[in-house]
Amino acid sequence: MKYLAEFRDGDIAQKLAADIRAITTRPWAIMEVCGGQTHSILRNGIDQLLPPEVELIHGPGCPVCVTPLDMIDKALAIAALPGVIFTSFGDMLRVPGSEKDLFRVKSEGGDVRIVYSPLDAVQIARENPAKQVVFFGIGFETTAPANAMAVHLAKREGLGNFSMLVSHVLVPPAIDAIMSAPGNRVQAFLAAGHVCSVMGFWQYPPLATRHAVPIVITGFEPLDVLEGIRRTVQCLETADYRVDNAYARVVTFDGNAPAQALLAEVFTVTDRAWRGIGVIPASGWRLSDAYADYDAEHRFDVGAIRTVESALCRAGEVLQGSIKPSQCEAFGTQCTPRTPLGATMVSSEGACAAYFNYGRFHTLERATVG
Amino acid sequence: MCLAVPGQIVDIFEAHGTRMAKLDFGGIQKQVCLAYLPDAVVGDYAIVHVGFAISRIDEASAQETLRQFRELGILEEELGEATPEQYAAPHGESCDVVAP
Ligand code: SF4
Repeated sequence: MKYLAEFRDGDIAQKLAADIRAITTRPWAIMEVCGGQTHSILRNGIDQLLPPEVELIHGPGCPVCVTPLDMIDKALAIAALPGVIFTSFGDMLRVPGSEKDLFRVKSEGGDVRIVYSPLDAVQIARENPAKQVVFFGIGFETTAPANAMAVHLAKREGLGNFSMLVSHVLVPPAIDAIMSAPGNRVQAFLAAGHVCSVMGFWQYPPLATRHAVPIVITGFEPLDVLEGIRRTVQCLETADYRVDNAYARVVTFDGNAPAQALLAEVFTVTDRAWRGIGVIPASGWRLSDAYADYDAEHRFDVGAIRTVESALCRAGEVLQGSIKPSQCEAFGTQCTPRTPLGATMVSSEGACAAYFNYGRFHTLERATVG
Repeated sequence: MCLAVPGQIVDIFEAHGTRMAKLDFGGIQKQVCLAYLPDAVVGDYAIVHVGFAISRIDEASAQETLRQFRELGILEEELGEATPEQYAAPHGESCDVVAP
């Protein structure tokens, strides 16, 4: 992968980087919440275009990474049941559970299938009335409308053989938790554009005010990320703690109303454990009572789950931005994408995978955090 | 959640009582659920995530994004459908923006 600076857009990138350098007078720590942005930053070398004062902290915005271990273990148990077709986005298949992963269950004879959309899982349920089809419903607010629609359609069509293992997480409570944590170093956020394309950003102004933290809604394309950083530094330098929308071509204040309406019908806010981080109050969605029949946790008795985390893996600290992946001793040695110890090395949005894939093996001195 | 390749709506139809569309992503066509963009018409551009159009985008921005992705060599990577083997090795992972 070549870096942004080497392409035609390199001129614009260099200009944005020069603007950022010109307005930066002291060190700032900015968290990009979303793992998609982390990958864009590293693959395009955006981190290397920035002045040394501007530190990017990678946030917990990878749904695969934060899905709690007991949910993975429940998925493994359900997927191993006879008569079950277990469907999931591909990223989840290599996520290590306490003892194995979904690929292992598949190789042991479980019917585990990768789908690209939850609607594909509904289609599999239509085509296999004699089987129980379970979909692993994870993700942030961006993915939730798709999963909500799948459950909604299954109910509307009376598909009694479809259910969902739901582990949805929500961004605003995570921002709140990060800012409230003792020892927090984050001074500003790049908010995830696609989460906001669904939810709008009406939830953010109270957070920005309460924590005196600028929140800039940012896209994923390299120049969007750079422009988001420029606006963030501008806000920080002028102590302007507001919400700024740098992704206006996709995101509106109100978001997608039909999506929010179905989300409110199908899901109910619940406390949710984030892998490596712990329980964040009101930070997730579960199926609402009207859809409880479609909850795989109710439909299948998977018994008591005893979870065992890798003793070496420091993914929790990575997800909270307190260490960089390359500061983990296992990084690139015991832990690689082929031999992952943690979900952050598996997921296409995981910070450890991004560091590995884009060659950030050395800990930069300025990246040392604690 | 991931790099978003905008697609252009080339056909709108119904399947299982749901509004669906065929979108063209820089030459590759995919089926997408249109339930969350009820006003969208053929010719519009949209951002798609896990098989659902979630937000409209104007043509100029869409073309600019596609150009940028193509130039950076990201487009094919994003549009390629990962095989299970690729999922086993996240390197070069395709994003789940597209439905088959
Ligand atoms: S490098 Fe591997 S072991 Fe270390 S924190 Fe990341 S996933 Fe865990």
